[in-house]
Amino acid sequence: MTIEDIKKHGDIVYRKTPLLTDTVMHYCPGCSHGTVHKLIAEVIEEMGIQQDTIAISPVGCSVFAYNYLNVDWEQAAHGRAPALATATKRLNPEKYVFTYQGDGDLASIGTAEIIHACSRGENIVVIFINNGIYGMTGGQMAPTTLLGMKTATTPYGRDAKLNGFPLVIAPMIAQLDGTAYITRQAVHTAPAARKAKAAIRKAFEYSQKGIGLSFVEIVATCNSGWKMSPVAANKWMVENMFPKYPLGDIKDVLKKE
Amino acid sequence: MAEKILMKGNEAIAISAIRNGVDGYFGYPITPQSEVMETLMKEKPWETTGMTVLQAESETSSINMVYGGACTGKKVMTSSSSPGLSLMCEGISYLAGAELPCLIVNVMRGGPGLGTIQPSQSDYNQCVKGGGHGDYNAIVIAPASAQDMYDFVDWGFDLAFRHRTPVILLADGIVGQMMEKVELHDPKPRMTKEEIRAAAPWATTGKTSDRKYNIITSLALESDVQEKFNRKLQEKYRHICETEVKYTEYMTEDAEYLLVAFGCASRICEAVVDQLRSEGIKAGMLRPVTLFPFPSKRIAELSGQVKSMMSLELNMGQMVADVRLAVNGACPVGFYGRQGGNIFTPDEISEEFKKFNNLK
Repeated sequence: MTIEDIKKHGDIVYRKTPLLTDTVMHYCPGCSHGTVHKLIAEVIEEMGIQQDTIAISPVGCSVFAYNYLNVDWEQAAHGRAPALATATKRLNPEKYVFTYQGDGDLASIGTAEIIHACSRGENIVVIFINNGIYGMTGGQMAPTTLLGMKTATTPYGRDAKLNGFPLVIAPMIAQLDGTAYITRQAVHTAPAARKAKAAIRKAFEYSQKGIGLSFVEIVATCNSGWKMSPVAANKWMVENMFPKYPLGDIKDVLKKE
Repeated sequence: MAEKILMKGNEAIAISAIRNGVDGYFGYPITPQSEVMETLMKEKPWETTGMTVLQAESETSSINMVYGGACTGKKVMTSSSSPGLSLMCEGISYLAGAELPCLIVNVMRGGPGLGTIQPSQSDYNQCVKGGGHGDYNAIVIAPASAQDMYDFVDWGFDLAFRHRTPVILLADGIVGQMMEKVELHDPKPRMTKEEIRAAAPWATTGKTSDRKYNIITSLALESDVQEKFNRKLQEKYRHICETEVKYTEYMTEDAEYLLVAFGCASRICEAVVDQLRSEGIKAGMLRPVTLFPFPSKRIAELSGQVKSMMSLELNMGQMVADVRLAVNGACPVGFYGRQGGNIFTPDEISEEFKKFNNLK
């Protein structure tokens, strides 16, 4: 029996979306990025918007997102993705424009750009991967690193007096009039990934309604940076990250009460 | 006959952008160039040509908006003044690294630091030699009048798209603030989507079935890839140096002494040449209009003709280094400059010129 024979019988229960390229991902086994990429690719395929999508990659591990998603890409300087997205969308309002940013990129060096893109109500989608650490540079403290969490630059654990407090972005930007949809999701289990995908789809749909910025935070693992196995990292995330960064919708301007 | 209007150099930039089919302007207020964005906002081009105008939260952001707009193949620009240009240098390096066309207007003021809001030419090194990190150059064009401000917008975009490179229009507070008659040429429409797809097949216009997806990036982690790219960039710069040099000359045919000056300083030096000629001293002037590429070849030629050269700049001596490189010891090269918004008078230059050349 060949693969073609199997296809004929309509037995396919799963296939890789053509919106994902065949390039082998550089992400560590257990990393959340691959799952989130797949969800975005599936949403773009299902919405039939490949030629209307412009993606913007950050600096950090996911700088190479442009090797994996089969859409046009702009690669931004560290933290500046929302500025690129602002101009890209304003000059091409018919396009779906999204940024893909980590916590160092968005919540540290790029705070001015994200806050003002939110405040101006840019009609873009922001995917925010929050794993509480700088992955690509070797596991240093991020603004979202939890108190007590050990990183390369907080080897004795994050101490509020020494290193400040974790920065919680989503509720902060929810207060801004320019944001339409703010949600926090995760992809550590199949049900969580399905919810995250629905959230990403909603964010893409909202971005064409002219109602402001849509923001999907994914609380994620960096098992390499956290120095844990993938399974242990998922468990640690549930027990430690979720209490500080609880999942669920934070703002939805179109939700009927 | 073309329409002539009295306007400031900064206003000429704005009006020219609208009339030459620019798609987007992204800026942040800073003296002495705020009239550029003020004029654009007053003119409301989004209602006429469809041009986008946006006040950003910082120069860091405005240059990255330019980067985003340029990625999509649109004609996009920003304007700022010296401290703002410093903030933009990161973005300019990325624009050069991603080979994106755009126009960056710098209406220079005095530095370093917050400096003065008065006119200066003290960003020559920053803009001509790089400014940001890495082995790159931007094309730098230097206007000397409000008419130049108007004309150089269109020329700047031509250069930017021909060579896929950022172009810096290096003006100063005098040229920006001075009011002069400006002749308005016939307006050009904005490029259509089809024209952009044809002219910029590399742009992020949305992946269609007839091509692979486009990636705009300046990242090249592998040593050989990075080096190969840099060799390609240098090849491009060599080509620019061979094809795009522009300068003007004043009374150089029989000149025994040469003054070299760019931008507003060149207009003062014209008066100096007249004054010296009336005293029987055969002076001439060369004004580099492109600062990168620099008219080194012509200056080298003239170094065999004249007894000396003198670079006159509103800074502490920056372009003079390029004059000396071009001359390569063939004749003495002097310098005189003022800073902080002080502007030399023709008499003052004449006196310094005579001192340098041991003339009475």
